[in-house]
Amino acid sequence: MTTNQGWKSVGNPEQRIDAVEKAAGTVKYIGDFAMPGLLHAKLVTSTHAHAKILSIHTEEAWKVPGVRAIVTGEMFPFHIGPILADRPPLAWEKVRYYGEPVAIVVADHEYQAKQAVQKVQVEYQPLPVVNSVQQAFETGAPLVHENSSQYMKIISNVYPVPGTNIGSHIKIRKGDFQTAWLSCEEIFEATYSFNLTDHVAMETRSTRVEITPSGKVVVHSCTQSPFTIKKVFNQFFNIAVGNIVVHAPLVGGAFGGKGTVQLEPLAYLASKAVGGKLVKLENSREEDMITSPCHIGLKATISLGATKEGKLVAGKYTFLVDSGAYTDQAAGITRAAALDCTGPYNIPNVWCDSYCMYTNHPFATSFRGYGHPELTFAVERTMDQLARKLNLDPIRFRLLNTIKPGDTSPTQTLLDANNIGDAAKCIERAKELIQWDQGQRRETGERKVRSKGISLFWKTSTTATNAQAGTVLTFEADGSVNLNCAAIEVGQGAKTVLAQILAEKLKMDLKDIHVTMELNSQYDPHQWRTVASSTTFLAGRAVLAAAEDAIRQLKKTAGIAMQCSPEDLDVGGGRVYLKANPEYGVQIKDIALGYKYPNGHTVEGQIIGSGKYVQRHLTPMDENTGFGKPGPWWSVGAQAVEVEWDPKDYTYKILKAITVLDGGTIINPMMATQQMRGGMSLGLSFASSEGFIFDQQGIVRNPQLRTYKIMRFGEQPEEYLVDFIETPNIDGPYGARGIGEYGVIGAAAALGNSLSTAAGVELNHLPLIPELIWQAKQGKEEEL
Amino acid sequence: MIPFDFEYYKPATVAEACETYRTLQEQKKSVVYYSGGTEFITLARVNQISADAVIDLKGIPEVQVLEMQGDQFIVGSAVTLNQIAESRLFPLLAQTVRGVADHNSRNKITIGGNLGSRLSYREGVLPLLLADCKVRVAGGMKGEGERVVSLSDVFDKQLNLEQGEFLLQILVDKEYLDLPYVHLKKTKQSKVDYPLVSVAALVKDKEIRMAFSGICEYPFRLGEIEEVVNNTTFARKEQLKQVVGKLPAAILDDLHGSAGYREFVFRNVVQETIDALEWAQK
Amino acid sequence: MISNGKSKTVIELHVNGDSHEVMVRSGDTLLDILREQLGLSGAKRSCENGDCGACTVLADGKPIHSCLSLAIESCDQSLMTIEGLMGSPIQQAFVDNWAIQCGFCTPGFILNCHALATEHPNASDEVIEEWMCSNLCRCTGYQEIKEAVQSVVRASGNA
Ligand SMILES: Cc1cc2nc3c(=O)[nH]c(=O)nc-3n(C[C@H](O)[C@H](O)[C@H](O)COP(=O)(O)OP(=O)(O)OC[C@H]3O[C@@H](n4cnc5c(N)ncnc54)[C@H](O)[C@@H]3O)c2cc1C
Ligand code: FES
Ligand code: FES
Repeated sequence: MTTNQGWKSVGNPEQRIDAVEKAAGTVKYIGDFAMPGLLHAKLVTSTHAHAKILSIHTEEAWKVPGVRAIVTGEMFPFHIGPILADRPPLAWEKVRYYGEPVAIVVADHEYQAKQAVQKVQVEYQPLPVVNSVQQAFETGAPLVHENSSQYMKIISNVYPVPGTNIGSHIKIRKGDFQTAWLSCEEIFEATYSFNLTDHVAMETRSTRVEITPSGKVVVHSCTQSPFTIKKVFNQFFNIAVGNIVVHAPLVGGAFGGKGTVQLEPLAYLASKAVGGKLVKLENSREEDMITSPCHIGLKATISLGATKEGKLVAGKYTFLVDSGAYTDQAAGITRAAALDCTGPYNIPNVWCDSYCMYTNHPFATSFRGYGHPELTFAVERTMDQLARKLNLDPIRFRLLNTIKPGDTSPTQTLLDANNIGDAAKCIERAKELIQWDQGQRRETGERKVRSKGISLFWKTSTTATNAQAGTVLTFEADGSVNLNCAAIEVGQGAKTVLAQILAEKLKMDLKDIHVTMELNSQYDPHQWRTVASSTTFLAGRAVLAAAEDAIRQLKKTAGIAMQCSPEDLDVGGGRVYLKANPEYGVQIKDIALGYKYPNGHTVEGQIIGSGKYVQRHLTPMDENTGFGKPGPWWSVGAQAVEVEWDPKDYTYKILKAITVLDGGTIINPMMATQQMRGGMSLGLSFASSEGFIFDQQGIVRNPQLRTYKIMRFGEQPEEYLVDFIETPNIDGPYGARGIGEYGVIGAAAALGNSLSTAAGVELNHLPLIPELIWQAKQGKEEEL
Repeated sequence: MIPFDFEYYKPATVAEACETYRTLQEQKKSVVYYSGGTEFITLARVNQISADAVIDLKGIPEVQVLEMQGDQFIVGSAVTLNQIAESRLFPLLAQTVRGVADHNSRNKITIGGNLGSRLSYREGVLPLLLADCKVRVAGGMKGEGERVVSLSDVFDKQLNLEQGEFLLQILVDKEYLDLPYVHLKKTKQSKVDYPLVSVAALVKDKEIRMAFSGICEYPFRLGEIEEVVNNTTFARKEQLKQVVGKLPAAILDDLHGSAGYREFVFRNVVQETIDALEWAQK
Repeated sequence: MISNGKSKTVIELHVNGDSHEVMVRSGDTLLDILREQLGLSGAKRSCENGDCGACTVLADGKPIHSCLSLAIESCDQSLMTIEGLMGSPIQQAFVDNWAIQCGFCTPGFILNCHALATEHPNASDEVIEEWMCSNLCRCTGYQEIKEAVQSVVRASGNA
């Protein structure tokens, strides 16, 4: 076959390239490596949420056979962090959360390390605990960090307020809020909250580090940010970037939790303490939940003002982000939540104060959606309640205010058809799918209530302004291609999507593309990180560029072989052929390693395609107004949930969950659907049952899956419906936008809206367990 | 992985088990009986239990029995919850233990371990409390003799055996097996979870019997509550109020649910149970 | 009587049709030994608490959490791990039904499903749910897994 049509891959539901090995159970994840001589590190963790460390006694621990080293905080008394360097990898002088690493024990065997950990005696002097964002915000609250003004800023957009627990304060000032607010004919204000939660990737975080005699530091880690590990090691341990080699295998789920660098520095310190030997540090589930970073908590107050007809005029947003003991990515989330604070609505006057609050809780990092599932819960609950007040249908109210090309975002970026998808179309489609017109609430024969809730959402990806990716293509003698790229496969299907983009561009069979699944930072070109739904976009563009480079070389070599000009040639179907006369051509396999004349003389040599892509035209935000261009595009979408609620005992079942996303061109519809369903499931799980429970002392009482419940088989919606609107993004590869995070964003809000409608009571806190509904109903109805 | 080191013994007979226990005692070692082992392993992993030695009872033939012997249904203490669930010989027990943990775990958790659990739930005991059953107990410091006693003699809130004794078998009279019954379990949210309230009920001689777990800090069956439940002169609302008033201890207030909410769930569950069994009372 | 002192003992484990001598501490779980000594890393460590099913293996055909068994108590059982189940229709069903994302939960689900299909070839949706809710998956929305299981365990009522 010589025509293009036969080699279409973009838009096809191609089987995932990693599925067969995963089904066979042969994929090696980070923790699957065992080797005699490998040393094991275990952490001594804090038993207090806030306390001075008076002393650490290790004598008894040293007596355990097999112990090789014990590392404590004063051996590395410096602070690290991705945005604000405020966290000592090992607590020193004081602990700021329950579960914080205080010491590392290295031993021959894991059980020995665990035995010794039990025997390290830490003497604490308890300090007053900051146990909520509200408390943290009050004047005179105990300080989690006494000297936050002295911390080094790694990224400029972070604004700690010295003498308070504010780790960063981000402001958005658009229009003239004060004046506009007074002119509003209808106003509504409410407060929303939820506690910190966890990612609960099924694979807990784990890492191995060794330091070779020549000074190379070799890190193996299940990370979404291999190049950030290099950066952090360079910044804080003063190791030349080139001497740090990072290996990352396939990752067993991440959801943002493996984007930050936390275990690796500890494993480095452990390895260093044993003369550079290979040391493994693997989290138990409990450590993964509370010692390693989790997902933010939030308290949000939103005030919306509108005209009588329901046109939004002004919005005021106060976010108190519970970042826990350290800012980590919560500082970035605080910013991301601010710059998209309105949701996909056109509001001319915006006032937003977004605070990253220190508390004595486990610290938080990025979580799928980066602030958006959280802000969307608050925004969309407010939209529903204001609609009720205005006596407007919630969908009509949203449509009246949906953001469009020509409007500006809270940071005053002008939107055009290219950088914003079609939110109105999404909501119209979601409305059809959930059968909105058949009624939002009805009672069933069995004395239950069925009701529907909807939410709109948007998100821009706040990548670094110089975020980038690169790709190298090498060719085999059989004409097949190796694709090397530093995008990490965390389960989202990144590698398959990239292979499809390459197949499409080279018009080649997908089976002739071999993607390196594992990353080696020495071979793979630099990539920013595998986060922020940016991989298809950044790495996809790099793949296209590399393919173009390879095609150029293929045509050149083929031109020599066929004695014609490269311009006359096309590539496809494993061949390079004459455009005018496709039967005439050479097989790629015959030129992949150069063209060999019949006499043996060879020209051009092997084809090596390389390509790169770097984010363009992004600007940081202004400190006082937020003005700036934070991300390359917004993806928008709508979600809907239908529940069946039992008024007798307040339990409920989720019947339907719907996502309609404007994802630009969808490269692989089945995989995109898989992503949306998984996202909804994560969002619904978060909203319906998750959350850390703290006691008075800030101790987490449920750091186990026995008591911290995530959604199980059988608890999922009876039906997921997924549809896509495909407004192409001209910058994206084949018009694609990011989609990875989006399924999660509106799920909590849609569930909250449907349950509030069902129960006839406003549910503004998570998780939406039956007890919470019962509580909300208390005082409204007399006792049974 | 359990960090500490301990000795492991798996005797093949009751006598061997007793002997092993005594020997270890003489050596002043702390000993734990081990059946399904799930509780021991999970607590030991996080250093919430320790032992110098464990005695795995599963090798003793008597503890593996699950059958009718004459007029008695015999359940060995090391029979797994799934075996009980699948045998269906005692439907109420089958349904109750099916509500414990998850299917995989139930292939390992045993009825003896569930009764001996340190956790407050011990849901498997609820049907047994209703069925006036007997238990065969072995071991102990005194001799190698076995004794058969009523369950109520050795189970009050928890399993209270003499030092070194272990549960060998549970014996249920046939007449209890096919009585009308109900089991309900309510949790915070997820189906696989500890109970907020778990109730087993059956009707014997037109009287409803009920046993509860989850509501207070131990499982119980209480005559006073059954009296109220079977008193048909009460209006339902009054009846529920009385039942709540007769609870033997404070209502639990923990991370699974507040006391107030538990009480609400408890009332619903009692009501639902009575509604479901009313026909059998007539 | 089988016994083991405080030091390590050699025991024999029967896995995937082969016998293996391994050296165990009493405190080593079956999961530890399969992974660290037999290189059978298809059984995953995720919670070590019986809550997630990632460590599922079959013991005498029954799915168990291998983190809740001691290696030493497993020596009289016939064990099966994902490595012993090459090219089964269930594996194909998981691939075909898009039931795999990160793949970390996959071996556990597949083994559990294999046991279910063997024991209840016509399992109803209720039984499927009873069995499958032993395993957690954080990536998928479970619908694909359900479809994969149903495609293998075809109940007459809901085929
Ligand atoms: C995932 C999971 C979920 C759970 N959910 C529930 C639930 O919903 N409801 C509930 O009620 N329980 C629940 N449990 C608790 C479980 O029922 C208990 O932990 C039970 O003890 C486990 O039984 P086993 O046979 O595995 O215990 P083992 O660890 O073998 O024994 C537990 C205790 O019983 C003692 N014991 C064992 N056998 C005997 C005997 N023959 N004679 C005397 N003493 C004996 C042991 O010495 C030990 O103290 C759950 C457990 C798990 C792992
Ligand atoms: S690792 Fe065994 S159940 Fe989670
Ligand atoms: S596919 Fe990732 S946990 Fe199931």
